Amino acid sequence: MQEEVTAAFHPQNQCLVGFAARSLWLIPAVPIVASGVMALLRQPRRALAAGLAIGSLSVSLIFSLMAFAHVVAGWMNSVAMRETVSFTWIQVGAAHVDLGWVLDPLSAVMLVMVSFVGLLIFIYSVGYMAHDENFTRFFCFLSLFAGAMLGVVISNSLLLLFMCWELVGLTSYLLIGFWYHKPSAAAAAKKAFMTTRVGDVFFLLGMVWLFAQTGTLLFYNGGAGSMEPLKLGALLASPAGLGLSAAGAIGLLIFAGAAGKSGQLPLHVWLPDAMEGPTPVSALIHAATMVAAGVYLIARVYPLMQAGALAGGTTTALTVVTWVGASTAVFAALIAVAQNDIKRILAYSTVSQLGYMMAGLGMGGVAVGMFHLITHAFFKALLFMGAGSVIHGCHEEQDVRRMGGLRSAMPLTFLTYALGMLALCGFPLLFSGFWSKDGILEAAQHWSVAKGPFYMLVFGAVLTAFYMTRQVAYVFFGEWRGHKTAHESPAVMTMPLAILAFFAMALGVIGTPAWPWFRAFLTDRAAGFGMAGFGEPGLLPLMGTSTLVVFLGLGLGWWIYGGKSPAPEEPDALEQAAPLAWGWLHNKLYVDELYGATVIAFYGWWARVADWLDRRVWGGVVAGVAWLFRGWAQLNRLIDIHWVDGGFDKGCEELASGGGLLARVQTGRVQTYLRLLALAVVVLAAILIWSSRG
Amino acid sequence: MLAWTIYLSFAGALAQALLPKDKPSISRWLALAVALAGLALAVAGFAAGIPNHFARVTIIDAPWVPSMGIHYLLAADGISLVLVLLTGLAAVAGVLFSWNIELRTNEFFAFYLALIGGVYGVFLSFDLFLLFVFYEIAIVPKYFLIAIWGSTRREYGAMKLALYSFVGSAMVLVGLLAAYATSGSHSTGLVSLAHAGLPVSFQMWCFPLVFTGFAILAGMWPFHTWAPTGHVAAPTAASMLLAGVVMKLGAYGCLRVAISLFPHGMDPWGFSLLGVGSWRDVFAVLAVIGIVYGALVALAQTDFKFVIGYSSVSHMGFVLLGLMTLNQIGMTGAVLQMFSHGVIAGLLFAIVGRIVYERTHTRQLAELETMHLSKRLPFAAWAFVIAGMASMGLPGFSGFVAELQVLVGSWIAKPGWTIAAGVGIVVGVAYTWRALQKAFFSDAPPSAHMHEHAHELAAITVPEIAGVMLLVAATLIVGLYPRILLEAIEPAVKTLLAGGGQ
Repeated sequence: MQEEVTAAFHPQNQCLVGFAARSLWLIPAVPIVASGVMALLRQPRRALAAGLAIGSLSVSLIFSLMAFAHVVAGWMNSVAMRETVSFTWIQVGAAHVDLGWVLDPLSAVMLVMVSFVGLLIFIYSVGYMAHDENFTRFFCFLSLFAGAMLGVVISNSLLLLFMCWELVGLTSYLLIGFWYHKPSAAAAAKKAFMTTRVGDVFFLLGMVWLFAQTGTLLFYNGGAGSMEPLKLGALLASPAGLGLSAAGAIGLLIFAGAAGKSGQLPLHVWLPDAMEGPTPVSALIHAATMVAAGVYLIARVYPLMQAGALAGGTTTALTVVTWVGASTAVFAALIAVAQNDIKRILAYSTVSQLGYMMAGLGMGGVAVGMFHLITHAFFKALLFMGAGSVIHGCHEEQDVRRMGGLRSAMPLTFLTYALGMLALCGFPLLFSGFWSKDGILEAAQHWSVAKGPFYMLVFGAVLTAFYMTRQVAYVFFGEWRGHKTAHESPAVMTMPLAILAFFAMALGVIGTPAWPWFRAFLTDRAAGFGMAGFGEPGLLPLMGTSTLVVFLGLGLGWWIYGGKSPAPEEPDALEQAAPLAWGWLHNKLYVDELYGATVIAFYGWWARVADWLDRRVWGGVVAGVAWLFRGWAQLNRLIDIHWVDGGFDKGCEELASGGGLLARVQTGRVQTYLRLLALAVVVLAAILIWSSRG
Repeated sequence: MLAWTIYLSFAGALAQALLPKDKPSISRWLALAVALAGLALAVAGFAAGIPNHFARVTIIDAPWVPSMGIHYLLAADGISLVLVLLTGLAAVAGVLFSWNIELRTNEFFAFYLALIGGVYGVFLSFDLFLLFVFYEIAIVPKYFLIAIWGSTRREYGAMKLALYSFVGSAMVLVGLLAAYATSGSHSTGLVSLAHAGLPVSFQMWCFPLVFTGFAILAGMWPFHTWAPTGHVAAPTAASMLLAGVVMKLGAYGCLRVAISLFPHGMDPWGFSLLGVGSWRDVFAVLAVIGIVYGALVALAQTDFKFVIGYSSVSHMGFVLLGLMTLNQIGMTGAVLQMFSHGVIAGLLFAIVGRIVYERTHTRQLAELETMHLSKRLPFAAWAFVIAGMASMGLPGFSGFVAELQVLVGSWIAKPGWTIAAGVGIVVGVAYTWRALQKAFFSDAPPSAHMHEHAHELAAITVPEIAGVMLLVAATLIVGLYPRILLEAIEPAVKTLLAGGGQ
């Protein structure tokens, strides 16, 4: 299942770079400029702000589609498509740091997804945020986010990617804390920023190392890029300790950054809290695009991760990616079972699905992971926006136990939500989620290292179907348990839902074994249509298994929760059955508490120790030196008084007594003076005479 | 032309001293005019350096004390130009943030301009003796600025700062006299001394002496404790200058004097103790400790200004680490970090000391928490968000480019240093965000004490907005287009590295 590093063999020439690649920078630039314009706007210009945001992203979408069409056209004509544009950003001696962008199948696919899903969410936000007083600021941040995210996608340089990546993190921070007057929102924003920053420092170190070793941060640069065989070979040849090559070590450092952004264990803690942001933000940033940036990053540096793998083999870096991904998938799915907040369930589900993507990348390669990323973006955005519609309709209620029976009150939302939920569960054949998850399971089945991830992912699939059924049963079935009546959302919100629902189903078409267009496109092979694809060994039994698994989860969920209307105060059905396990899961396995008691306490302790050192020890040293000098000064004073001054006084006394002697000469008698004067004259004369003779 | 930055500042100081006491607005405008003229000269001087690729240009060279070979020698290379530019920026911003000084305004600006003049002088001197004279001139006004116009324990802070400075100066003076005597070249010119071929054994003890002497003023751990107390005690403009340019004097001395005169002082000792095998290793390790330690202590502070004071220790650690990489990229990064930290620290001190403290009259984070400043002073809150982002080294701001270069340089020299410095970056995010959260975005219920004082806070003034804009623009321009400064710094560092001197 492993792909070859085909990309590196593509000849390329800057002169031949087409218009589509040269103007690629416009795709992120337009929303960023729009965001700048909005920042200068006065608050009341709502229509203009929304128009600017939606208009600019539409322009980006059109450009993205053109770029995509350009790449597809090249691919159909069997021209290897990878066009890059780069320029020098800083030059220090012989070293120069280049920035640039790249148009290849990977970036083209991602561009279309981000701008299209983003546009739908922008439109939806017009309805969702209609009554917010900071409407303009919201769209300003949202546009800035979209621009930064598109920048991550087109980057051909790890540094440019990192810069956009941080900008993405920053806008995420601003948007999570958008209602910053809510303390929980401000705290969640801070937590998100801090946690992802921990990952980012590893990323930064990986980048520094890569630059120090290869002298370039460009991915592709006509053979001299860091993801091309020449530099990869050099990286492989230099050992980094612990049996890793430099390539492997750098890969792991970059993966730590990706894990922070994509909410992988153990850095997942920020993502569920990030749901404090407005729901469109959760849909756009914390489900569809930004959190997928980590997965995209790994796909982008895949040649590095894969460097040194023998045919069909794997590398340490990829093995780590796989295990982390699979563990995250199960871990988060378990927690999702015991949550009651409609958005938190989805948040843990997102963490879990990101784990699937990572595992898919680790075991199956770029196409497998990326396909799940794309399908997930559509159905998870759909689910979040559906949840937003529900929250809106239930007057800002988020607790699923206080909802119920909404399928009649909100029929459109219900219909689209159900489709999204089935796609997420991987309902067989009809839904995109089935095909993309199946690709991952298939890769896991054939993975040569261990079978563990396969079983974990299958178990995760059962859990996924189970918790989604639980949620849907609580929200849309049974009796209405909230206060005030629920209402359907306006068309500006439901239309995007319908469009996304269509894609949640239809996207599967491009990734079935019969017509594996997506994989062929990303791995630069021709795509053929044929039922032979199903003939691969083990594929049909696997499809049977995953179908069974989905029905098992759905059935269990419906059996426990279906058609019942427990009072909100009543303990959950599972809680009654297994209170201890429920308690652990409900409290998110106490990871936050663990961090609070260990890492954070540790830093706090160190900070206090250092502060104490500064006040007592260094301050003490200074005080001690001062004391020493003061003592010395006192000593000198005593010496002065008793010895020096004593000597001085003694001298003075002697002088005085000597003066007394002289004073006797000074008698006041003129005769004595004259006598002395005469003596002096005689002596002087004697000297003069004596000297003039000689 | 650049020499006029010095003369103008001293002339301005003199004029201020002669002004009547009761006309503060004349003093302000005069100070602003002098500072702006200095900035304009600095910019013009920088622009004039572009055509000849920032080669070293002698501005004036006149014999001063012929019997000792001392010259009044002013010159500028790319490093000087960048730091003169920084001084110009900091001077203007400092005046803007001192607009509300009412107590003995003319004297305040007299000391202020004298300090600026001394700083310009240090950056432009290419004669050791002259450099030392300007260096001392810069210390004296600092003392008075803090002792007269300061706050919290100002006499203590001023005295501590002055004593530390003079101890450092004494070490430098001893080293320089020894070098002068040893070289036997009868010249105190930096270039001729660097070419004098001082014996390696001499350099081995003189380098650490002079380097430490200068590094005290750069806030090197464990000689850093003057910095936080001094910063906190100082009035806003003085802490901006202290962090912004005075700490750079120390780092500049390390680079221009210690490293270029005694390059062999950093040679290996021939044995190694716990992986430390040369003075270079020693100072690099102290720099890294400073980065992490400063950040940790900042995390534990309860006084807002102390947080920023300790952050300066941490950021200056990057400068010293960059210098000790002894490679092109790391040292270029160090000089850029001097500029970057000068701008960013100035901005942070301005927000904390002027915009917030002058209105709330407290810097205790616990009290600020109850004041809900994000609603009452939104400008301050957003300015601090931007300054905080710049301070923690987010891309797009000057700090990112500088720290990235230092990290790459130190990775090339010794990866362990980089990894340890990485820990400092994480803690850096933590203390910035902690302070931001507590000072501006907290929602702790107002205390009873606060209810009495819940008066309207004074509106943000035009000079404050102008000052913030100036500094933010500077860090952003350099962050997005670093070549503007790097092209000046790079050749100077190159000659310094290649010649073992100038």
